[in-house]
Amino acid sequence: MAKKKTIRTIPQKRTPVRERDARERVTNFAEVNCGYGQAEALNEAERCLLCPDPVCVAGCPVNIDIPGFIQKIASKDYRGAYETITRTNLLPAVCGRVCPQETQCEGVCVVGETLEPVAIGRLERYLGDLAIAERWTSVPYIEPNGFRIGIVGSGPAGAACAADMAKAGCEVTVYEAFHQPGGVLRYGIPDFRLPNEVIDAEIGNLRNIGVKFECNTLVGRLFTIEQMIGELGFDAVFIGTGAGYPSMLGIPGDSLNGVLSANELLTRCNLMRAKEFPNYDTPLPLGRRVAVIGAGNTAMDAMRVCLRLGAEKVFCVYRRSRTECPARAEEVHHAEEEGIEFHWLNAPVEILADDKGLVRAMRCIQMTLGEPDESGRRRPVPVPGSEHELEVDQVVFAIGTNANPIIGQTSKLRLNKRGYIETDESLATSMAGVFAGGDIVTGAATVIEAMGAGRKAASSMKAYLGLRDYGEDASAAGKAPAGMLFGIDLRERNFARIRVA
Amino acid sequence: MLHADGGSAGFEIIAREDFSDVTYLLEIRHPLMAKAAKPGQFVIVMSHEHGERIPLTIADFDREKGTVTLVIQAVGKTTREMQQNCKVGSTLYALVGPMGLPSVTGSAKKVVCVGGGLGVAPIFPQARGFKESGAHVIGILGFRTKKLIFWQEKFAACCDELILCTDDGSAGIKGFVSDGLKLAIEKHRDIDEVIAIGPPVMMKACVEVTRPRAIKTLVSLNPIMVDGTGMCGGCRVRVGDQVKFACVDGPDFDGHKVDFDDLVMRLKRYAEEEKAAMERWSEACRMRSVVDPASLATLASLAARPPEPSARR
Repeated sequence: MAKKKTIRTIPQKRTPVRERDARERVTNFAEVNCGYGQAEALNEAERCLLCPDPVCVAGCPVNIDIPGFIQKIASKDYRGAYETITRTNLLPAVCGRVCPQETQCEGVCVVGETLEPVAIGRLERYLGDLAIAERWTSVPYIEPNGFRIGIVGSGPAGAACAADMAKAGCEVTVYEAFHQPGGVLRYGIPDFRLPNEVIDAEIGNLRNIGVKFECNTLVGRLFTIEQMIGELGFDAVFIGTGAGYPSMLGIPGDSLNGVLSANELLTRCNLMRAKEFPNYDTPLPLGRRVAVIGAGNTAMDAMRVCLRLGAEKVFCVYRRSRTECPARAEEVHHAEEEGIEFHWLNAPVEILADDKGLVRAMRCIQMTLGEPDESGRRRPVPVPGSEHELEVDQVVFAIGTNANPIIGQTSKLRLNKRGYIETDESLATSMAGVFAGGDIVTGAATVIEAMGAGRKAASSMKAYLGLRDYGEDASAAGKAPAGMLFGIDLRERNFARIRVA
Repeated sequence: MLHADGGSAGFEIIAREDFSDVTYLLEIRHPLMAKAAKPGQFVIVMSHEHGERIPLTIADFDREKGTVTLVIQAVGKTTREMQQNCKVGSTLYALVGPMGLPSVTGSAKKVVCVGGGLGVAPIFPQARGFKESGAHVIGILGFRTKKLIFWQEKFAACCDELILCTDDGSAGIKGFVSDGLKLAIEKHRDIDEVIAIGPPVMMKACVEVTRPRAIKTLVSLNPIMVDGTGMCGGCRVRVGDQVKFACVDGPDFDGHKVDFDDLVMRLKRYAEEEKAAMERWSEACRMRSVVDPASLATLASLAARPPEPSARR
């Protein structure tokens, strides 16, 4: 049937995705990336070589069967493709948008060695969006096993763990301190990158498989982890409270009004809808000229939010060079298109105020790259005598986070010396039945890494509870029709074809 | 067991009391929080879905009834709107807590609890906590005038001595709580600890009274907050040479080390927006009152009131 695919027979060019024009999009919060339509998805799906030993799967923190779902798109079995993804990732519409694919699946894609890699993220998002539009829900048959699982935090780590435990038949309750579930997806990532409807739909999927969400619940303070295991009767607990406590600049002027953390800016704007003030009550004073310090994804989000709120000029001030910049390539690219001015190799020294106590400028110093530091990146060192002033009226810092202290203050869990929860390989904490994962264990990382941790913890939790873990292999074998095409196991077919080739 | 107040159902107001035309009390059903709350802690409230998150110190909790009590001063748009809309049987959209580190009410043998203005209600759980731990408790409460006094009996029941201060001398001594505090330290040479809650200027004045005697003085700070869980850093305060987050490192701090000027400056951060929201809301009320003459009376009383500082919420 299918023609033999080689690097020469597949569509050579990566299928472009429609994006809203930079000049128009900076005026509002509508999504920038419009996503693939069916024709584009089919064309891109053709580019996958269906490798027998798919390195992309290994490159994915949750090991999505990437060739499997792309193959199904190519054969127009969209529902089947969606189900292939949701076997390992319940939030494709989110991950298709926010994963740093270029350093994960797409970074190792074999096609990428010669041409541009297959646009795996865009295909994933296509399916996620299609599922939302078509109201597909993959509600598997779940046999209740009587175990009760408590999950602290409704962000990506908690959601992923909740999904796996619910599918395993447990009664799952997710606690969230904010008034709406979603964690960083809700308060952190802006609408133009991840619309709220997508989060609602993905949370809805979790509710469909029986996960219960309890908002307005600050675990640690309303009840402790010990109480969850004790009087609240949970058989196991997962802690995925995420990155708390933004790092401070520690330079003169950093407590001036007009200096705020990216977390605060984003929370006010995204969760609290300050962009719709005064229709919503939460205020957010607008900066005319804004400096954002840092160059991670959070910094990119903060800069692009400021533009949309009406800033005339937004600067990115980063002490290393573009090469070391930790943000996703697409985000930097989008930020550049939108007119963000990048000041690479610049570090803030002092924030200066006018006579009314408002920010008037930021004094910066030029940096140069010296010897590599412990992170392997070249250490930035100041260039003497290179201080200069940047005229700004708002400063946003996005320079990372420290461990949130609440769980540590209120439980006997062992923490490491930086205050993060200590776990073993299996993500078990020092307390029996309590697991932890995501940023509260590793420090700030990505959405998909947090989801990977949530799934890993779920797997350990099942082992702890004595539940049989139907991992990917088991589920593929168990649901034979899903993993087979024309009666042939997908992997075997790939294998056979390559041998012929 | 867990309560069913997941969020969408809201949190029910089961009692309301108005102490004056600006100060009102709400008692809210939340059995788990009533059980967990300790003196010194606070909650974050959102009155409706479009509302802002405002921190309010817990003024009382009743573990048996399963309720927490908040005493609120109508100073800004949100608190005035709540004054209009919060009725017995109605619900708050969000209520989360208890937040912050609880106060330590263990070792001190003789303490002074100072509450001024909207700090009066929040000092109550502390006074009661100290009393329960066996301390000799001196309460000092400050009001503008006699008419505004509330909870005098409640304090009398848990304070060994109670000093009332009014700005105009219409009840108790004429003067500020810092004057009352001076009297108390003159009389008692063995005070272990002073706790002061109120507007920043008041707390600053109290701290200056105790500084020469080096009496341990704790103040409860209430800067602008968003999440209340340490995530945004909006509530950062300067204490000694350190930056602390009031929501998770506080709200109680060593008053002798707190940089009050920094606090006062940061509290003014949204002054303009707050004013705009207030004006817009008053205008909306005025529009409504055209249709609903019953609310005209309320509006008249609002318009007659002199502008108040929106600092501490």
